[in-house]
Amino acid sequence: MSKNIFTIAISLIMSLAALAAAPANDSTAMANTDKKINIPEVIMHHIGDSYSWHIATLNGHDISIPLPVIVRGVDGKWHLFSSARFEHGHSAYNGFYISHSDKHSGKIVEINAQGEEVRPLDFSITKNVFSLFINSSILIIIVLLSARWYRNRDVQNGNPKGFIAAVEMFIMSVVDGIIKPCIGKNYKRYTPYLLTAFFFIFINNIMGLIPIFPGGANITGNIAITFTLAMFTFFIVNIFGTKEYWKEILWPHVPWWLKAPIPLMPLIEIIGMFTKPFALMIRLFANILAGHSVIIGLVCIVFVTVELGTAMNTGMTVLSVIMTTFVNFLEILVAYIQAYVFTILSAVFIGLSQVEPHHQHEGQH
Amino acid sequence: MSLLTPDIGLLFWMLVCFGIVFFVLAKFGFPIIVKMVEERKAFIDNSLNSAKEANERLAGIVKESEDIIKRSREEEVRILKEANEIKAKIIADAKQQAQVEVAKMIAESKLAIEKEKEKAMNEINNAIAETSISIAEKIMRKQLDKGDEQKAFVDKLISEAQSAA
Repeated sequence: MSKNIFTIAISLIMSLAALAAAPANDSTAMANTDKKINIPEVIMHHIGDSYSWHIATLNGHDISIPLPVIVRGVDGKWHLFSSARFEHGHSAYNGFYISHSDKHSGKIVEINAQGEEVRPLDFSITKNVFSLFINSSILIIIVLLSARWYRNRDVQNGNPKGFIAAVEMFIMSVVDGIIKPCIGKNYKRYTPYLLTAFFFIFINNIMGLIPIFPGGANITGNIAITFTLAMFTFFIVNIFGTKEYWKEILWPHVPWWLKAPIPLMPLIEIIGMFTKPFALMIRLFANILAGHSVIIGLVCIVFVTVELGTAMNTGMTVLSVIMTTFVNFLEILVAYIQAYVFTILSAVFIGLSQVEPHHQHEGQH
Repeated sequence: MSLLTPDIGLLFWMLVCFGIVFFVLAKFGFPIIVKMVEERKAFIDNSLNSAKEANERLAGIVKESEDIIKRSREEEVRILKEANEIKAKIIADAKQQAQVEVAKMIAESKLAIEKEKEKAMNEINNAIAETSISIAEKIMRKQLDKGDEQKAFVDKLISEAQSAA
């Protein structure tokens, strides 16, 4: 991805050089310069969360879906109202308003008794939450529809065709390709969780790549989502870990002076318990966030280059479309790969927690 | 940076969503599909195995029938050979027995002939003796007495004549 950014930077520099050689005097471009586009802000807006689902802006009028706000204010009372009350962040409602300060930018805040801006307890159905609902429903519908086909059938009634066959193939590729080899003999117990994690991540990744309404939310690129997923893996690994797994953490097979009086190795092992899910969390979050940022950045080229004249703008628009298409394809691949990586690492961590007592020849080191 | 601080609301809703999705799919979704696929796999494996077994059995049956045919041919040849042997033996036995029987019959008939001959000779001798006596009587009716001394004398004369003849 950094290579793409590098390419874009090169083309931008080249286009600026071309501009210097032949200065454009397009009046419309000059007229628009007062309304400069702030790319970081655009990107942050798209990859962040919001209280309403913005779909488009037509003739200066925002078209968006208002979403319910659920907050518990400093007065200890719960408030439920539509985010349309904020009028796109321009007005306050019941003392709640959308902050423009650096600390709580874009979030609902209120003023407490000391006159400070504070965050209320916020359980609003935001864009990400709403999108999460939609994607979860899609996933449940797809899997349950497929499962219904099997429910009424016997083994000898043949195998499914079409969409259900594709779902089956996808599911079995995860079971046979990831879960079985990584966990080993106890794989059956963890299959439902790992499959759920895989398809949950995959569907959210894919939906995030669809730019219009039901998709487009940056869900798996949000730290709260990946944190929850990583915590599920963490608890499953540690709750179902065998005795041998805990022995290897607290009293590993190393020379005694690494274990006592200073428990050096146990300390490292305990830190390792937490770094594993942490790596899961950061990897998924950063990959998807970066993908969204790059795509939005590339799309922004179209708007940034407006002031460089019609010819340059046209050229850069073509470039932008080509690059965006390319990166979108790449992101489809990434959507699969990241779901795959999360699942395979979770499966490996679970597999490691299923260790059986070592044989004698391994016990000497 | 707000990107790196998880939002409590989103965290809560994510927990709810993922929990529900996990529960529903783990209970009604994936296990059914995975179980079915595994059952199907086992079924296919079984079918293949039984087809293989059936083929093997078929090959066994073919071989067995060939064996049976071969054995029956051998039996046939053996029986024919035995029958021939028995035939030859019976014929030989019959021949031998016939020969023995014939020899026996010949011997018996020889004996009977001999006896009959002797008997006949005796009768002839007697008859000759009687006749001779009667002739002699007739000749010297008055000279000779009909005593036993006379008869023995005649017998002696006859046997002398016989041995001379």
